[in-house]
Amino acid sequence: MITNTQRQAISNQVSKRRTIFQTSNVTIRYGDKPAIRNVCLSIPEHLITAIIGPSGCGKSTLLRAFNRMNDFIPEANMKGQILFLGTDLYVKDIDPVDVRRRIGMVFQKPNPFPKSIFRNVAWGPIVSGYPGNINERVESSLRRAALWDEVKDRLQDSATDLSGGQQQRLCIARALAMEPEVILMDEPCSALDPVSTARIEDLMFELKEKYTIIIVTHNMQQAARVSDFTAFLDSGSLVEFGQTEKVFTRPEQKRTEEYVTGRFG
Amino acid sequence: MLKNKLVQKRRQPEKSEAIALGAKLKYHWKEGLIKAGLFLCAFLSVVTTIAIITVLAREAFPFFREVPFLDFVAGTKWTPLLQPRSFGVLPLVCGTLLIVAGAALVALPIGLASAIYLGEYASRRVRSIIKPVLEILAGIPTVVYGYFALTFVTPLLATFFPSTQVFNAASASIVVGIMVLPMVASLCDDALRAVPDSLRQGAYALGATQFEVTTRVVLPASLSGVVASFVLAASRAIGETMAVTLAAGATPKMTLNPLESIQTMTAYIVQVSLGDAPAGTVEYKTIFAVAALLFAITLGMNIVAHKVLRQFQEVYE
Repeated sequence: MITNTQRQAISNQVSKRRTIFQTSNVTIRYGDKPAIRNVCLSIPEHLITAIIGPSGCGKSTLLRAFNRMNDFIPEANMKGQILFLGTDLYVKDIDPVDVRRRIGMVFQKPNPFPKSIFRNVAWGPIVSGYPGNINERVESSLRRAALWDEVKDRLQDSATDLSGGQQQRLCIARALAMEPEVILMDEPCSALDPVSTARIEDLMFELKEKYTIIIVTHNMQQAARVSDFTAFLDSGSLVEFGQTEKVFTRPEQKRTEEYVTGRFG
Repeated sequence: MLKNKLVQKRRQPEKSEAIALGAKLKYHWKEGLIKAGLFLCAFLSVVTTIAIITVLAREAFPFFREVPFLDFVAGTKWTPLLQPRSFGVLPLVCGTLLIVAGAALVALPIGLASAIYLGEYASRRVRSIIKPVLEILAGIPTVVYGYFALTFVTPLLATFFPSTQVFNAASASIVVGIMVLPMVASLCDDALRAVPDSLRQGAYALGATQFEVTTRVVLPASLSGVVASFVLAASRAIGETMAVTLAAGATPKMTLNPLESIQTMTAYIVQVSLGDAPAGTVEYKTIFAVAALLFAITLGMNIVAHKVLRQFQEVYE
């Protein structure tokens, strides 16, 4: 749906930054049913890119393709190419375990392990054999996730006793503890109240200094508030991709305009 | 879950319509009859349990009038059928525990490993083959296991350990282990399945391998369910009768050597029940004392298992 001249214009905007993900003609099917079709995207580094679109449009499928989480769905198969800093993520000699260490993920529903707050954050580094000081890593991760002050006196308490918003920030801290380059967020605020949502959004602004963030969201206001670039997917196809401001105020496609103005979806 | 709630909400108006049409009266007595019938069935098991406890207590109390309780539970010589008589139950308890320990050694690791394989690793196809086979294992009559111990396991043991006696604890405990294995596998499988998939996904997203996810997230999260399955399996092994009667022997003794002949509490009860101990004699009453002890042990273990299980169900609420 995107013409070549448009694609050129987009890549010009993006080219000021390094491209961290380059997808070309990515098609993912569940069995015979295509979830996304021929998606071509260039995602810039150290910015927040939002993926928006109506339910079932393939947003999450696309997001999960970036860290190979679709590998766990037996009937899912992918065609096309996803380059991560120039390396194809889907060639044979790439270990998905390494991919996921560099590309972290935060899920729709907070999913802390039923362990202490400390063990949740320390889990990834310990399992991957982190040689440094675990205590320091846990503290710095919790600080970056803006949770340290709330939990520093009760690190040994169970993570499941935290509030929903705190649990989600803990999950962000858990992902940060692996020192990833990218954080994928799959509707991270959909289970949270407005105050917790605002906290996570503030956190995202701070995190983009160090990380690239790709967020899937159902909430268009959220996409408009937090993201620098926005990709609009509809029925598995990429309809429009560009700077968020432009996508929301001067969209090129009629379909995009209808969606962002709330006329459907 | 959400879907169910929605469906319930949608159905409710229909129900109130039915009531408005007078259908409630028509069904009322039938409903009452069904409820009463169902209650009777459920009540029957309560009555049975109470009756068994009453019988055990009625027969066991007179025994303890003749034999001091302390001599019974702390005595190390069990010769109630021979002169001079001695009523120390510890040799039977020791024999039972030897069987349970051996069975646990077989059933717990293999059962847990099977559950982990079936739940976490196996493809749907492999699972659809192995699971029914495990269930068949659970359906084999216990007498067949006893026979299998005598004719297959014991000769096999004898080739490795020449000192193996014809009746021995080892071969009985191996078959008891195989017998409770499906139960361990099935209960552990339930416990592993109760762990939400979101936890696995969270662990994978941190760059963990399947083995790390299984051993460091799924297994710890399901630990109480796994422990409960172990306790229930042990309790089942304690009560197991046929295989140990056939294969473990009838020699009550305090030994930890599994290659020797021993006697379990259950096997002793069988021996006296089949023999000609006249009702009312002290040797006749021994089986009720032993049965009461057996009942107390298994009841205790079941209570422990359910306590542990309840704790584990609360984790995800």
